[in-house]
Amino acid sequence: MFLDFFYELREEGVPVGMQEWMMLMEAMKKGLHGSNLRRFYNLSRSLLVKSETYFDAFDRVFLHVFEGVEGELQIEDEVLDWLKDPKNFQELTEEQKQMLEMLTGDELMQQFLERLAEQTERHDGGGKWVGTGGRSPFGHGGEHPTGIRVGGESRNRSAMKVAQERRFRDYRTDASLDIRQIQMALRRLRQLTRVGPATELDLESTIDETCKNAGEIEFVFEPEKRNNVRLLLLMDVGGTMDPYYEPVSRLLTALHEERGLREFKAYYFHNCPYELLGTTAALLRRDAVPTGDVLRKLDPRWKVMIVGDAAMHPAELMEEFGNIDPRRTAETSGMDWLHRINDHFERAVWLNPDPQDVWDQTHTTNIISKLFPMFHLSVDGIADAVRALIGAKTLGETVH
Amino acid sequence: MNDVNDDFLRFTGTEGYIASPALMEAVNASIALERPLLIKGEPGTGKTLLARHVAEGLGLPMEQWHIKSTTKAQAGLYVYDTVQRLNDARFGEGDVADIRTYIKHGPLGRVFATEDRHVLLIDEVDKADLEFPNDILRELDEMRFTVMETGDEVVAKQRPIVLITSNNEKELPDAFLRRCVFHFIEFPDPMLMRQIVDVHHPHLDTQLLDQVLLRFYWLREQSELRKKPSTSELIDWISVLLRSGISRDQIETQIPFLGSLLKNEQDTEALQLYSDRGGSYPESWSDLGPRYNN
Repeated sequence: MFLDFFYELREEGVPVGMQEWMMLMEAMKKGLHGSNLRRFYNLSRSLLVKSETYFDAFDRVFLHVFEGVEGELQIEDEVLDWLKDPKNFQELTEEQKQMLEMLTGDELMQQFLERLAEQTERHDGGGKWVGTGGRSPFGHGGEHPTGIRVGGESRNRSAMKVAQERRFRDYRTDASLDIRQIQMALRRLRQLTRVGPATELDLESTIDETCKNAGEIEFVFEPEKRNNVRLLLLMDVGGTMDPYYEPVSRLLTALHEERGLREFKAYYFHNCPYELLGTTAALLRRDAVPTGDVLRKLDPRWKVMIVGDAAMHPAELMEEFGNIDPRRTAETSGMDWLHRINDHFERAVWLNPDPQDVWDQTHTTNIISKLFPMFHLSVDGIADAVRALIGAKTLGETVH
Repeated sequence: MNDVNDDFLRFTGTEGYIASPALMEAVNASIALERPLLIKGEPGTGKTLLARHVAEGLGLPMEQWHIKSTTKAQAGLYVYDTVQRLNDARFGEGDVADIRTYIKHGPLGRVFATEDRHVLLIDEVDKADLEFPNDILRELDEMRFTVMETGDEVVAKQRPIVLITSNNEKELPDAFLRRCVFHFIEFPDPMLMRQIVDVHHPHLDTQLLDQVLLRFYWLREQSELRKKPSTSELIDWISVLLRSGISRDQIETQIPFLGSLLKNEQDTEALQLYSDRGGSYPESWSDLGPRYNN
């Protein structure tokens, strides 16, 4: 039962490791769960789950594992069995093993087991394996000493009820795992230049100048280093891009969180950019801005990242009035617009969410990949794309 | 306290800070397990305030390390003030021969070196560089560091109670998360909010408060809002209402002093538009959906 909790959490995708589990064992050894399911719920959540995005999964597992448990549960045997089984220790580090030894050390272990034993006997109220009445054999004397102001959560509300409410549904993202990886890949999007007021001591020059000054100290200051990269993101939305909603939104989140950029702008299009770009993903006409204006306003040094599958009907790309959206007239072909974008900016890359081995099979993808260096929308692909945006200019420049 | 296993300090809230039971337990688990407590939550839910009140509740002094985008982990331990030393050498002041004079401890260094046990708040850890949390891991784990310039080792005399807040602007590294006790401060429900308001505005007319909260939570439910009003804005709003001596009837028909609740111009305009078009405000909690009615 107790161990099911651990394994079910892992099955549900909550990243619980040995280290967290040992922490919970240590906490229980110290009696922090106070023989109360509600407190155990709080304690285990704060030790096992490290992001609110997993709270909902935690609630579901907690409900499943501890629902309807009768007082017969022999948790101490389970814990002992688990401790005896050497295959459980393969994952442990030296430090954790020491902690376990401490835990299994006769006296402490005895105490631990006694505590657990008492809990199973005192399943007062609700038939749960730990009492919900807050009476601990170790005398915590109720949840809070008198005179303490307890918040709005009623102290009698059971852990089950709290878990049942599943208040954390809205916090799920299922995406948070990879955003950090993307952020790491984006970190190379840096070109440090010294701008602004001179506030940093330039030690080298200070020494040089002081020497020239025959030992009279001459401080030399220089401006701080700052990232000078400005990024323009053009993003294909809707249609064939819908299945890629998750990875694309992860990239967008990571870019929005990337505080290092000097400036960041994002525009949206459907299939191919034409004379108008959307300022929101909804592509409403009233929110659109002329592509020509965007090009005019932005300095050629802006780095351009285009995200799209580059797959469309060839006419949409090559022909005049090719825009699939009947509300719009696109006198200039999509291909011409892509050329204009590529000509205007020094560096532009294309990120394609489609698997790389199918790029060849689509005519338009082929054409576009000859114009822009194309990378797969993956952590590695993003890293390569960033390198192409920042590094020495090789790709993309020669092709027209 | 009648607790046999009471070999560690316990936080039970203070007069000025209303903590949920889950939060108190997270704080106590962090103290007992000697792990940093990582606190996340919407802005305005009292993350930073918590540290101050933990310190107050435990009767310990507090040291605050406010993290900015330019903060380096090293600065938390110590800074070697080369400029001062150079300057002193030039003017023959101070003991230039002793490097130690020019080693200045940062917040982490100070709580390690001091005799008293401290509460250390590392505020807004997500503001710094992505690698920052990893850079302070070892020091937080081992509670010691070495000053490179002198070879001196600074060992914590008393293990500080470490609280770390994050606004979720960046993802934190796994290795860092694994070592922390985690607590997410939920936005207070109306019941808890009543108690919070009571701390700031005691003896507020209960019917007025009910109207105010009804408006407030209704506003928060409007998904079109770009920035939802938070607790601190509610407290400010009530102050303004009280000071202007507005009556309960007036609140029933409009939302006066909207500017203290909504800080975004587009939000204010949107609500104005809603009101101009004859949009109605809720009359009772039952208009707000099931979340507020159980």
